Amino acid sequence: MRKLVQNAAFTVFWMAGLGAVLIMLSVVGYVVFKGFADITPEFFTTSPRGGLSGEGGIQSTIITTVYLVVLTLLVATPLGVGAGIYLVEYADQARSGFMKRITSAARFGVETLAGVPSIIFGLFGYALFVTALKLGFSLASAALAGSCLIIPVIIRTTEEALKAVPDSYREGSLALGASRWETIWKVILPSAFPGITTGIVLGAGRIVSETAIFFVTLGGSYRTPTSLLASGRSMALHVYYLAMETRAFDKAMATAAVLVVLVILMNLSINMISRRITRDTR
Amino acid sequence: MPHGRSTVKNRVENTMKTVLMISALSSVAIVFLIGFFTLKESIPAFRGIGPLNMLTEKVWRPGQDSYGILAMIAGSGLVTLGSVLIGVPLALGCAVFLAEVAPKWMAEIVRPSVELLAGIPSVVYGLFGMVVLVPLVRGIEVPGNTGFGLLSASVVLAVMILPTIASVAESALRSVPRSYYNGSLALGATRWETIWRVNIPAARSGILSAVVLGLGRALGETIAMIMVIGNSVIMPKALTGNPLSIFLSRARTLTGNIAVEISYATGVHESALFATGVVLFLLIMIVNTSARGLLKASIEGGRRK
Amino acid sequence: MEQVRLTTRDYSLFYGEFRALNRISLSIPANRITAFIGPSGCGKSTLLRSFNRMNELIPGVRTEGTVLLDEGDIFREDVVNLRKRVGMVFQRPNPFPKTIYDNVTYGPRVHGMKNRSKLAAIAEESLTRAALWDEVKDQLHKSAMALSGGQQQRLCIARAIAVSPEVILMDEPASALDPVATIKIEELMNSLKEKYTIVIVTHNMQQAARVSDFTAFLLTDENRAGNMVEFGPTNRIFTSPSDRRTEDYITGRFG
Repeated sequence: MRKLVQNAAFTVFWMAGLGAVLIMLSVVGYVVFKGFADITPEFFTTSPRGGLSGEGGIQSTIITTVYLVVLTLLVATPLGVGAGIYLVEYADQARSGFMKRITSAARFGVETLAGVPSIIFGLFGYALFVTALKLGFSLASAALAGSCLIIPVIIRTTEEALKAVPDSYREGSLALGASRWETIWKVILPSAFPGITTGIVLGAGRIVSETAIFFVTLGGSYRTPTSLLASGRSMALHVYYLAMETRAFDKAMATAAVLVVLVILMNLSINMISRRITRDTR
Repeated sequence: MPHGRSTVKNRVENTMKTVLMISALSSVAIVFLIGFFTLKESIPAFRGIGPLNMLTEKVWRPGQDSYGILAMIAGSGLVTLGSVLIGVPLALGCAVFLAEVAPKWMAEIVRPSVELLAGIPSVVYGLFGMVVLVPLVRGIEVPGNTGFGLLSASVVLAVMILPTIASVAESALRSVPRSYYNGSLALGATRWETIWRVNIPAARSGILSAVVLGLGRALGETIAMIMVIGNSVIMPKALTGNPLSIFLSRARTLTGNIAVEISYATGVHESALFATGVVLFLLIMIVNTSARGLLKASIEGGRRK
Repeated sequence: MEQVRLTTRDYSLFYGEFRALNRISLSIPANRITAFIGPSGCGKSTLLRSFNRMNELIPGVRTEGTVLLDEGDIFREDVVNLRKRVGMVFQRPNPFPKTIYDNVTYGPRVHGMKNRSKLAAIAEESLTRAALWDEVKDQLHKSAMALSGGQQQRLCIARAIAVSPEVILMDEPASALDPVATIKIEELMNSLKEKYTIVIVTHNMQQAARVSDFTAFLLTDENRAGNMVEFGPTNRIFTSPSDRRTEDYITGRFG
């Protein structure tokens, strides 16, 4: 009897586990198979023509996505990695009350931002960058708003990567007369580099997938942006416009398929890097 | 000159320390700026309309200066409820499966699948919902059912919050000391009895915080909701005598309200959208703070034992 | 009369309110090996780490009294310069995840040396002094992590030597090593004392008796603060200790 109850319960859990796999397979499978059915090489080499039926490919949206990722990372990586370094390498030697307050304020910031939904970042970006700073709907506004989204992601992965570096490296370097910064630059950062890279890839992934923020900061021009102040359309945003405004579901699905494959590749690269880290530290 | 060199060294050290400290402040600066700008922009609306009016008024008609967001609060609330009802059992089942039941090879299939679900962009979920789910729901023969509405949105959202809940709950279950499990088995309990009576109760505040975190994610989701929920600004109501048919009603979420209207809104209308943002932000802060509290309690509880 | 390299006078160290070292006064002779012995928790490692101010990495540490290196107050000296003059070898070998060559030349580079041929000369000299050169000269550009534990520890000694310190502090340098590697490190210490002053912390009394010229015995008092019970030439401490507690410890009656 007790064995029977156990079997019943375990069957339910197996179903939940299999259910998750099945859901993943059906979403990814549907999008990829449906989407790739329509994809020709021209799809990647032509730009949307802007007509109401969604003719054309996605070239300009790929370029916009790349611009957006590069710009966002240019802003967010130094700030995020720098903040992570400060929190792990300097915070614990904080002696004055002032420095302790800075550290706890920074920690509070990271924790809070992690829970803020992206539309709030969008709303804020719209108020500050688009309107107040008069950057308009543009790559610049979108990249700045996007950075706010991924800075906490990069801070947290940097912190974890640095915490994984053994303290004996720090002691060894300091005991040789190296300063804190020399120790960080020459010993700690090289060891933590793969971990920090996963944070950056994770951030890039968030930018590629993000739609809500860019919907209210990037505008929606289907043309290739020619300046920082030009409006544009990332791939994810293009999917939205095709589905909601043009109702060109085939093209939307094709673009979504490219997006999903990109996300899978990014996930795989993160897994590969983390597997290498665990292997190296063992 | 060794001494000259060390002063250069100290100068570099101090400069870097300052630079790093400033970047550490970036996170709190962003929080501050978000709070400042959202609040500042929402003041005209709160002044002109009054916060209580906004929260309790059902009609949102910017053309006629009606700015009630109760309908959107109901929309966000109901879709979150729906997603929790559908998503939580599945997610917790997954968590228990991964932490306690699954053989290693199976866990190595399920875990990456769940991770991948977390990585799929919300716009793709929205599209999938529009193309696959909405036509299915439209098949339910009820007058006024278009397929777009709370049910489709809840299903989509359930899948989107599954990874958050499953991974947080799984780590809560894993942090239960193995000795409890072994101790219980040694007393002659079956594996299932042990999981049910020992592990799950020991991890309960962690599991609860997983659910609450999922709730926070659900409240904040925007794009996928716009795509499948129908976006009508109406109080959701049952389409037939069966109260469950409320889920076939179209609705709009707080997040969707902001996204759809912000780019053309001006004046009080624009300010009312920022006020919507403030309400959303507060709701999510409450949810996340309680989740964090629960999580801390569960960690400390684990230590005490 | 021996020439004195390190001196402490009424030196106390506190973790917050807790007194970990209580008014320690001793003089460590130059070009000799001095061993700190005592039961775990007696403060011998803390005392050792005072000489290159490594305790300052721990938040809340405060000190009283004086510590002199060649008559100079170490707390007035620039900490970078101090650590250049006082090198350290740790309990577990801690080479950086870099090549053997980069490990040895790390110190000189940090102190501003860029000349490649000079760096190469320093690397060879330091590795030779650390009795490692013959084993690694053909694989200088391979990762230090591939070396055995004993080799890694000798590399760490070479790394410390490379900045030409006056003092080398060793914190139980052989406790993570096998007996053969331990003997090698002990022999190495003997050859190093001609040029350097060596201070070693060890929990192994045979080791202290084998390698050291002077021994300091530390013990905690009723408040758990570390006190120095006795200091003197090693053979005297081990054959005719003047304090009852030293005798008890050495004959294994407690600790």
